[in-house]
Amino acid sequence: MNDVFPQVLPLYLGLSAVLFSIGVIGVLVRRNAIIIFMSVELMLNSANLAFVAFARYLHQLDGQIIVFFVMTVAAAEVAVGLALIVAIFKTKKSINVDDISTMKG
Amino acid sequence: MDPLIEQYVMFGVVGAVALVTAIAMLTSRSAIYSALFLVLNLCSIAVFFLILGGPFIAVVQVSVYAGAIMVLFLFVIMLLGAEHTPGEQHLPWQPAVAILLVIALLGMTGFALWRTMPTWAATTSTALVELPGSPEAIGKLLFSSYLFPFEVTSVLLLVAMVGAVVMTRDTK
Repeated sequence: MNDVFPQVLPLYLGLSAVLFSIGVIGVLVRRNAIIIFMSVELMLNSANLAFVAFARYLHQLDGQIIVFFVMTVAAAEVAVGLALIVAIFKTKKSINVDDISTMKG
Repeated sequence: MDPLIEQYVMFGVVGAVALVTAIAMLTSRSAIYSALFLVLNLCSIAVFFLILGGPFIAVVQVSVYAGAIMVLFLFVIMLLGAEHTPGEQHLPWQPAVAILLVIALLGMTGFALWRTMPTWAATTSTALVELPGSPEAIGKLLFSSYLFPFEVTSVLLLVAMVGAVVMTRDTK
């Protein structure tokens, strides 16, 4: 029985690329800092999908281990990022990233 | 059933859910709806992990992402009362330029995929080998080849925890 997965792999990578692009659009277009953060999570996840697809393709578990590490890094990033957003909200009373422009030259 | 058609159908159904929820996350006005759509998206990616032979990773995805991270997001959204932010753009031309640039990015990625596709087809594996992404296999690999990164990760989590506490503390 032949493994048909190599024929499906481009689909997974394409979906991963599209999800990543949607995340990029979110970061560039939305002004709400929390939604920008969620878009970053979406981008991390699309990369995870590509990792797992390649792990399946190569029959190696290393891709899944990398996904494990990406998830822990994402968790750490979210904890620090949301703490930053809360701290900014305390002083600026806003999480619109356009309002945080006092360092503009 | 032909295994190839089976693969296509599974990919189509779950991929459609992932795509629709991602776009809905991007376009919904309320941050709460965005967060809930992102939860759905993460769950569909978890289903992909199951299909791709990673049950452990799939469960971790649901419990860590959809469980812990998104609860944190919802908590902060509701704490700040930031469900609706005024959507006015200071730079009216920015969305159009952003979408153009992202289409260019997507085109480049697609081109790279299309150029490297023949080499994948050449390395097609013949035998169907089971990929045991079981907790046992992952754990063995994690505590042998990846022991050092694993320990570094624990330090990273500790640093993030301390950082979050320090940043949100009232300095009075």
